Amino acid sequence: MDFIPFDYATLRLVWWLLLGVLLIGFAVMDGFDLGVGALLPFVARTDAERRVVVNTIGPVWEGNQVWLILGGGAIFAAFPPLYAVSFSGFYLAMFAILFALILRPVGFKFRGKIDDPRWRGTWDWALFIGGAVPALIFGVAVGNVLLGVPYHFEPNLRPVYTGGFFALLSPFALLAGLVSVALLVAHGAGMLVLKTDGPVAARAARYGSLAALLGAVLFALAGVWIANGIPGLRIESLVDGNAPSNPLAKSVVAAPGLWFDSYRAMPATVLAPIAGLLGALASALALHRRRGGLALVASGVSLAGVILTVGFAIFPFLLPSSSMPSASLTLWDASSSHLTLWIMLLATIVFLPLILAYTTWVYRVLRGKVTADSLGDNPNAY
Amino acid sequence: MIDHTVVELSRLQFALTAMYHFLFVPLTLGLSILMAIMESVYVMTGRDVWRRMTLFWGVLFGINFAMGVATGIVMEFQFGMNWAYYSHYVGDIFGAPLAIEGLMAFFLEATFIGLFFFGWNKLGKVQHLAVTWLVALGANFSALWILVANGWMQNPVGAVFNPDTMRMEITDFMAVIFNPVAQAKFVHTVSAGYVTGAVFVMSISAFYLLRGRHVEFAKRSIAVAASFGLAAALSVVVLGDESGYAATEHQKMKLAAIEGMWHTEKAPAPFTAFGIPHQNAQENSYEVKIPYLMGLIATRSLSGEIPGILELVDRAEHRIRGGQVAYAALERLRADRNDAEARKVFDQYWPDLGHGLLLKRYREDIGNATPQEISQAAMDTVPQVAPLFWTFRAMAGIGFYLIAFFALSFWWVTTGRLWQKRWFLRLALWTLPLPWIASECGWFVAEYGRQPWAVEGVLPTFYAASGLALHEIAITLAGFVALYTVLLVVEVKLMLKSIRKGPADTALPPDPTPATAPQAAAIARNAAHG
Repeated sequence: MDFIPFDYATLRLVWWLLLGVLLIGFAVMDGFDLGVGALLPFVARTDAERRVVVNTIGPVWEGNQVWLILGGGAIFAAFPPLYAVSFSGFYLAMFAILFALILRPVGFKFRGKIDDPRWRGTWDWALFIGGAVPALIFGVAVGNVLLGVPYHFEPNLRPVYTGGFFALLSPFALLAGLVSVALLVAHGAGMLVLKTDGPVAARAARYGSLAALLGAVLFALAGVWIANGIPGLRIESLVDGNAPSNPLAKSVVAAPGLWFDSYRAMPATVLAPIAGLLGALASALALHRRRGGLALVASGVSLAGVILTVGFAIFPFLLPSSSMPSASLTLWDASSSHLTLWIMLLATIVFLPLILAYTTWVYRVLRGKVTADSLGDNPNAY
Repeated sequence: MIDHTVVELSRLQFALTAMYHFLFVPLTLGLSILMAIMESVYVMTGRDVWRRMTLFWGVLFGINFAMGVATGIVMEFQFGMNWAYYSHYVGDIFGAPLAIEGLMAFFLEATFIGLFFFGWNKLGKVQHLAVTWLVALGANFSALWILVANGWMQNPVGAVFNPDTMRMEITDFMAVIFNPVAQAKFVHTVSAGYVTGAVFVMSISAFYLLRGRHVEFAKRSIAVAASFGLAAALSVVVLGDESGYAATEHQKMKLAAIEGMWHTEKAPAPFTAFGIPHQNAQENSYEVKIPYLMGLIATRSLSGEIPGILELVDRAEHRIRGGQVAYAALERLRADRNDAEARKVFDQYWPDLGHGLLLKRYREDIGNATPQEISQAAMDTVPQVAPLFWTFRAMAGIGFYLIAFFALSFWWVTTGRLWQKRWFLRLALWTLPLPWIASECGWFVAEYGRQPWAVEGVLPTFYAASGLALHEIAITLAGFVALYTVLLVVEVKLMLKSIRKGPADTALPPDPTPATAPQAAAIARNAAHG
């Protein structure tokens, strides 16, 4: 383990890519759970319908949520300063996400235990909050990353965050939040069209295709907004990808249009925003035609495209600072040590394929539509 | 410096959320294995009562598991939220086991838990049994990696401070994994989880026997729980993590505090069974001592000496002075990283840097600390003795009680006499809360006993906190308390409802497809031959 076959810069780039893989994994896998939660009160009106909706994701959402937990753990392990600054800086927003996510497991488990309309109605709203609130806040957080966040470091690298909670809710950040909600709702609708039939599927298709269209329009709008008013950052000093991780050792300029640097340098990266846009439009079309599986793939491509769009735009930055741009965290100066990145890569190479394999098997076992009849004979259904 | 109130409220929030989370973890650890054992018997014998047992305990497991998942997410995120400097300072080491826990353990557990509940009529018997075992395996692997992370906070091996990045960085990952403190903690903690599962099954089954309901079901459940519980209860104490207390300086301080041992005693030291510790006077009143016992427990020898609190304070004072030298060298290195002389001094003194940081409570320029400040900082390394003294005794007392409890249960189950002893069944009912009390006391000893350190000898707790505004921590603390209280009430209510309903009414899913019956028969045959 002491021999590391890749240099530090390569491992940092690999971990930047893996961070993207984990975020996309979370958005694609847990994304439809969040979307289904957000759609629950609207696509299902009777208790029987709501049971069907809850049970489409009931057996799988727990595994999907681990993408988020692993994402948090991987940021901690691979980019500790990013974990420290973002989680403490977005403190109350993180708390709101946690509060909503706490409602999810108990909502699923507790809802069906008592046969009483008020009891079940309460947990239905808990599940709605558990889906809609994280979807919104994750988007708002991404919006703030593009805008830059007010933080700097003391000389001992203690992070100091100087913004408040309400400063996070700027118009652009809220727009990003809506993009996230719209696309995740479309993604959840794809799952519902795939796994249900009858009026639930019909409503999901209708709301989902509208959401996908809205998502495409708002995503394009956000791009125009960035081009015309939101400054980006660029490292001015020489970048040494093998230097020790210290974010205070560089100089940075801020200017409008710099978030398009990567796209100019590597035109192929334009495929990311194109995938984001076309994926959303294709998902709208597929939902309209009631092709659930196709819609799910299309919205998954769109989510991946949107995440990559942001990643490419701010590359090599991870979390831009608005109050002290030169302190901004980049993948070159906010990573773990060479050895930790290598150990974590080994663990990922061993376990990620295993995870994908057994997850696939579980989805195969659970394939097929969920109907009120199919739930009747399973006492463990939610 | 971070506001003192913010630090104290952050500590309170972490303690509350962690201890709340640990109401659910031990039962998950124990009950998952017990269910897997019950289902194994079902697959091997084909007798339906064992499937009903798996299903019924599974219902209670599910309610508990949901609470564990809900409160576990908070744990993963609040290092960054409330302990930002900690996350920066030791994330290079501490983050890896947390991430590997997700990769190796939690993914496994969480992916298969859905199939455990929804797979009964979609999988063959053997397949479903495999799923149940994978859930149990995932839960136990989780505990391993979390305790590797926690063990490093108690005994930070395999890492050095890097002046260029102003943080601890890993040098030997194997040392982190095979950290003796972590290994002892892992065995101790999962065994305690098994005991919790066994007591849970024993108590609820005893409740049915007392009421004369579900008798066959309850007897079999008790038989499994009594044997499993006896093995686990012995393992908790024999393989308890006392052995880890000799590992480091502050573990020694923790041990001395648990013992209320202010002065070094001649080897082998006696064990203070009773006493009332006085922190300021640095003495105990009404002591009852058992000769030799402490030396035997802590050093496994008659000659090993255990240092007392005040001797350890002297050593800490010495290290604080070393820390001042290290800090001064670090400042020079930060001004000029090529200063070879400063680097030489730093390389010699860096292990004391953490002790130097203890002075940050009193002044920023710690190099100019007065002798009074230094001796005050050294006294800060003494945790509050009385709470540790008592929680340790509560935990150990319950541990020994449970060995006796399970030994009697096991003896009377094997001789078939337990079912007539109604007083013992009633005792089993009242035993229910004890393993939880012991677990919470155990974590209190481990974590409160580590104070003033977040990472022993490396990073003081007050220095590790995020610089949050007071209203932020107040909002989240109030929010967690409110939400967690409501959820606990609902959880207990649903548990009681399911218990009252009982296993007989747990409707059965249709038998798995007949195609797998030969597999089960084959396993039963092998079992019979083996």
